Amino acid sequence: MSRHENLDIDTVPEYAENSVDTQTKAAFAARPAWAYRLETWLPRLVVAPTFLCSLIFVYGFILWTGWLSLTKSRLLPRNDWAGLVQYQKLFASERWWVACQNLLIFGGLFIAICLILGVLIAVLLDQRIRLEGTLRTIYLYPMALSFIVTGTAWKWMLTPGLGLEKLMRDWGWQTFTFDWLIDPDMAIYTIVIAGVWQSTGFVVALFLAGLRGIDDAIIKAARVDGAGPWRIYLRIVIPSLRPVFFSTFMILGHIAVKSFDLVMALTGGGPGYATDLPATYMYTYSFTRGQIGLGSASAMVMLGGVLAVVVPYLYSELGRKRHD
Amino acid sequence: MIDRLPGEASQPLARAAIYACLVGTAMYFLAPLLVMALTSVKSMDEIRDGNLLSLPLEPTLAAWAKAWAKMRGFFWNSLLLVVPAVAISTAIGSFNGYVLTKWRFRGSETLFGMLLVGCFIPFQAILLPMARALGQFGLAGTTAGLVAVHVIYGLAFTTLFFRNFYMGLPDELIKAARIDGAGFFTIFWRIVLPLSPPIVVVCVIWQFTQIWNDFLFGVAYSSGESQPITVALNNLVNTSTGVKEYNVDMAAALLAALPTLIVYVLAGKYFVKGLTAGAVKG
Repeated sequence: MSRHENLDIDTVPEYAENSVDTQTKAAFAARPAWAYRLETWLPRLVVAPTFLCSLIFVYGFILWTGWLSLTKSRLLPRNDWAGLVQYQKLFASERWWVACQNLLIFGGLFIAICLILGVLIAVLLDQRIRLEGTLRTIYLYPMALSFIVTGTAWKWMLTPGLGLEKLMRDWGWQTFTFDWLIDPDMAIYTIVIAGVWQSTGFVVALFLAGLRGIDDAIIKAARVDGAGPWRIYLRIVIPSLRPVFFSTFMILGHIAVKSFDLVMALTGGGPGYATDLPATYMYTYSFTRGQIGLGSASAMVMLGGVLAVVVPYLYSELGRKRHD
Repeated sequence: MIDRLPGEASQPLARAAIYACLVGTAMYFLAPLLVMALTSVKSMDEIRDGNLLSLPLEPTLAAWAKAWAKMRGFFWNSLLLVVPAVAISTAIGSFNGYVLTKWRFRGSETLFGMLLVGCFIPFQAILLPMARALGQFGLAGTTAGLVAVHVIYGLAFTTLFFRNFYMGLPDELIKAARIDGAGFFTIFWRIVLPLSPPIVVVCVIWQFTQIWNDFLFGVAYSSGESQPITVALNNLVNTSTGVKEYNVDMAAALLAALPTLIVYVLAGKYFVKGLTAGAVKG
């Protein structure tokens, strides 16, 4: 892939008509001028609708949301200027801070547990395991499910009195209690449990691909030098997977911020608003409580948070690819 | 594959421990699916008497019948939504990828970068204006409206998939065809498209899973009869009226999960490719 990119940058003047070299131009000369001009404009015409869509429905709509957040809009969008009142309301709202705190707890634990568990499983799977294909399929299948299905399944399993609690009691642990689902202080951790179950296989797949990509010569050399398996993994293999760690971290963080369906299905944000996340906060205020201005303000804050992390990442990714 | 750990064959105990760990975690991942399946074929009495993993004494499909009766309409809604949305977004994505790699023009890379940002924004930032726009065009609460939304916000991903794939096709191939007098569309139909099946499969599977499993757009932009299955499932499970029928809930959840699960089992390889391509590159 990078070979072709280099080719473009190094040998072909970038803005020559579609990188046409003289030879091709000679071939074109035999065709009518209008065909030549059409070939110049056709590619642009083909991609134009997509970029127009992006311009309107992504960038334009973000601006629109930004505008709504500066108005007094409640049940219906209105154009009465309100300045930063909605943001003041947002930052004064206890529920918003609960949602942000929940995102930190959920996001932190979700990312950490998925990463640790995923890397461990990937390393174990990389030991010439006989049923590797089957095991990999089992680890990854939750990723094919909707978060609503995941939430529904875990909600049932964690139901106090009937789910896990009853199972453990039937198995002889008479005093076992597990009521996190209805405990406002613990409910957020049930979201972590379900989220980890769904996304760990993904981390396994990414790291397995990374492990398989490592140059075996390095490992052999280390082995010749007498390094034990633990040392090889901790000193050589894991550090060389740093880019995989980085992108996995970004993806999991992204899933965490976008987590909306899992919360809706598992706890509905409850008990009370104990498991609200910014995404469910935004939805609740915008669509069920008729506070469009406030909902927009929360959406803009979410966007700001995501962009603050993603833009530098994208920038470095694109830059790195260009200079590879 | 090369031995990572030296002397592993001579350490049967360590091997056994590794297998035990792997099988143990595999069971943890399988357990919820097993519980769902078991629960869905029990009667409510059996559910109350037994536990999550107790085998059904009198397996019955009554809960499945009830769940299907409730979910059938929404299942078709999702199907009617997924098929056009996947087809359109994949087709446009392939054209875009073709242009962005083989017919680059001044600023095309910048435009692509601009498009890519669309993969990352939290959709909450466009949720309200889109609701307004759908209302304005008379598409609020319709499947057509939802198709449009999924196409629009799926384009960044499908374009990314095809662009990265077409980058690997040699430019010489295109140049040779142009010297022979082939035009923009001829080259696409006769040369590029026939080479594309691997990425088409990846893209279709990715889009199918994403759109079938979507909840946010579904809950925000559909109502009543036009709801996709994820929204209907959530409503079924989280209604507070009446006695909870866990067996029906589980059967309905499995119904909602079945299409993507089948695709995953049949084409797991491509599913993983899509995940890693969509993730690592994006």
